[in-house]
Amino acid sequence: MARIRPKLALWKFASCDGCQLSLLDCEDELLAIAGEVEIAYFLEATRATDEGPYDLSLVEGSVTTPHDAERIKEIRKKSRLLMTIGACATSGGVQALRNFADVREYAAIVYARPDYIQTLATSTPIADHVKVDFELRGCPISTRQLVEVISAFLAGRKPQTPPHSVCVECKIAGNLCVMVGHGTPCLGPVTHAGCGAICPSYNRGCYGCYGPMETPNAPSLSASLRKLGMDDDALKRVYRTFNANADAFRKESERHDD
Amino acid sequence: MTIRTIKVDQLARVEGEGALKVVARDGVVQSAELNIFEPPRFFEAFLRDRMFTEAPDLTARICGICPVAYQMSAVHAMENALGVAVDGPLRDLRRLIYCGEWIESHTLHVHMLHAPDFLGYEGAIEMARDHADIVRRALNLKKAGNSIIALLGGREIHPINVRVGGFYRTPRKRELQPLAEDLKRARDWALATVRWTAGFDFPDIERDYEFVALRGDGEYPFSQGRIASSRGLDISAEEYDDYFEETQVAHSTALHAHLKTRGAYLTGPLARYALNSASLSPLAREAAQEAGLGTICANPFRSIIIRAVEVLYACDEALRIIEDYEEPERPAIEIEPHAGTGYAATEAPRGMLYHRYRLNPDGKIADARIVPPTSQNQPSIEEDLKTFATAWLDLPDDALRHRCEQTIRNHDPCISCATHFLRFEIDRGD
Repeated sequence: MARIRPKLALWKFASCDGCQLSLLDCEDELLAIAGEVEIAYFLEATRATDEGPYDLSLVEGSVTTPHDAERIKEIRKKSRLLMTIGACATSGGVQALRNFADVREYAAIVYARPDYIQTLATSTPIADHVKVDFELRGCPISTRQLVEVISAFLAGRKPQTPPHSVCVECKIAGNLCVMVGHGTPCLGPVTHAGCGAICPSYNRGCYGCYGPMETPNAPSLSASLRKLGMDDDALKRVYRTFNANADAFRKESERHDD
Repeated sequence: MTIRTIKVDQLARVEGEGALKVVARDGVVQSAELNIFEPPRFFEAFLRDRMFTEAPDLTARICGICPVAYQMSAVHAMENALGVAVDGPLRDLRRLIYCGEWIESHTLHVHMLHAPDFLGYEGAIEMARDHADIVRRALNLKKAGNSIIALLGGREIHPINVRVGGFYRTPRKRELQPLAEDLKRARDWALATVRWTAGFDFPDIERDYEFVALRGDGEYPFSQGRIASSRGLDISAEEYDDYFEETQVAHSTALHAHLKTRGAYLTGPLARYALNSASLSPLAREAAQEAGLGTICANPFRSIIIRAVEVLYACDEALRIIEDYEEPERPAIEIEPHAGTGYAATEAPRGMLYHRYRLNPDGKIADARIVPPTSQNQPSIEEDLKTFATAWLDLPDDALRHRCEQTIRNHDPCISCATHFLRFEIDRGD
């Protein structure tokens, strides 16, 4: 008798598709994963769709339209476990920069007829709308962590995704500290681990694409960044990128907003 | 009067979310609409007041499938605005990372999004049950492309190492050597892929496209060259806005681009090949001939072969760059900001990608404009459907729907890209 495999679904909201592509980027593991789960809904990969219910729903993207605010509720109802993948789903993504502006003004810059645009004033994370069982950080997520999350789900255990800062990963990688070593501004001290400290490994400061760590002290970091020559405007911008709407980054950017 | 309406509410195996509506009256297709309903993300609005240095990282997030293309168009446009030319090894490294993206993105499209249509599967995972070796070969080939991006860019999606003026860190020559070993194997897999796709069963149909692509100066184009067309257009990126315009349609949240004087055109692999096939590497050129492509191919279903040929070329070109690489003295040219306007068009895997930025004296972006390939191809995709689908109206609904979906997938549309810049207007006639 054929083994019953858990059903996996992958859902897209406002996003760049990069996090769902990460699943197809697991070149060494993809066929093994496809052997362990039934890929029941993954439009980017297959026309075949299953009505559900689903054992695990992975959700990419943020909620930016009235329709999507309803759609995520339907998906939650059909999903035993729901995990968000990436900065959009987890914090609102780069499109949450609208949250600091008047969305009508934004629409007028981009659209000839902004009155016809169906969009919400804010871009919000999935957890603002439904219960989320687990959040995977990153813009984009790491394929290594994605494999870990799926493996943990199959084994019925908690995923191992440490909430400490990128600084710890830099120490593990044996990197020279870019702030101390050559005065390069770096968000590593307040940023959630997971990427493997890529930017400092390339002589660049971390730009916070994994969002805030568990207990960040952003005001303290900002004081150090100011000594390296960043003014209020630069400090505001550095926290306002791919996780601009994450609580700690939003509050810190607002401290430097005139 | 017989009215037949074919609707596909959710297009599968394309990047982003779209739908399709074809309406036929008395056996003739009256209209075909590729409906794009991705929510807009307002990139052109929030780019304002960001520093010129931030554009490569911000615009990469328009598309997770071709972030390198966005980064390359952004850095070239900024360098154009600031009067800087990046050449020598830094230019070669940019071609190298672009090779990685073409290999990765094309391999994904050829095997996972497009080939299942020809072989009668719902997707690559279903295809793997009968063709495990081919899917495994595809994953290895894709990985070879991703390895280039990961080494040069730091990671496969949204690379962190690209900056205006060059890179943050350039690789040592010995770091590139392991890539060369992978790429020699990848070249064999790519050649096998050309032969595999050439054996598919293609409908015998063509369209009289105006092909638009960069034309390189003796090299197959990635980031540099003039914007040329098969009907004599030959302009620089600075002149793009004089010759191209965008219009708005009610059924799509993406703009449609047209040539001002002649209307719809096609960008992407068919166009690049038509305008540059003589600049392919000898191996890629031979493979194209063996596959029966000729110097121009106007059958969009056969674009899958050209993608495979371009993967082969990208492997060859990457090997050449690695072989010739000399470590640059500096990873980047230092650039002082000043006011200016910059223009650039580069060749994303699915077609030409145009960026224009106006900068304030302090280097902050005053105005940004981005025209992705899918909004340029959308009118041609709809014309394909209108032209071809009438002959398919005898097919049952399921088969007709599938054929129409395939017609769209021929052009590898990236709907995520197409929606993030657009202006949207509905003429309700009241």
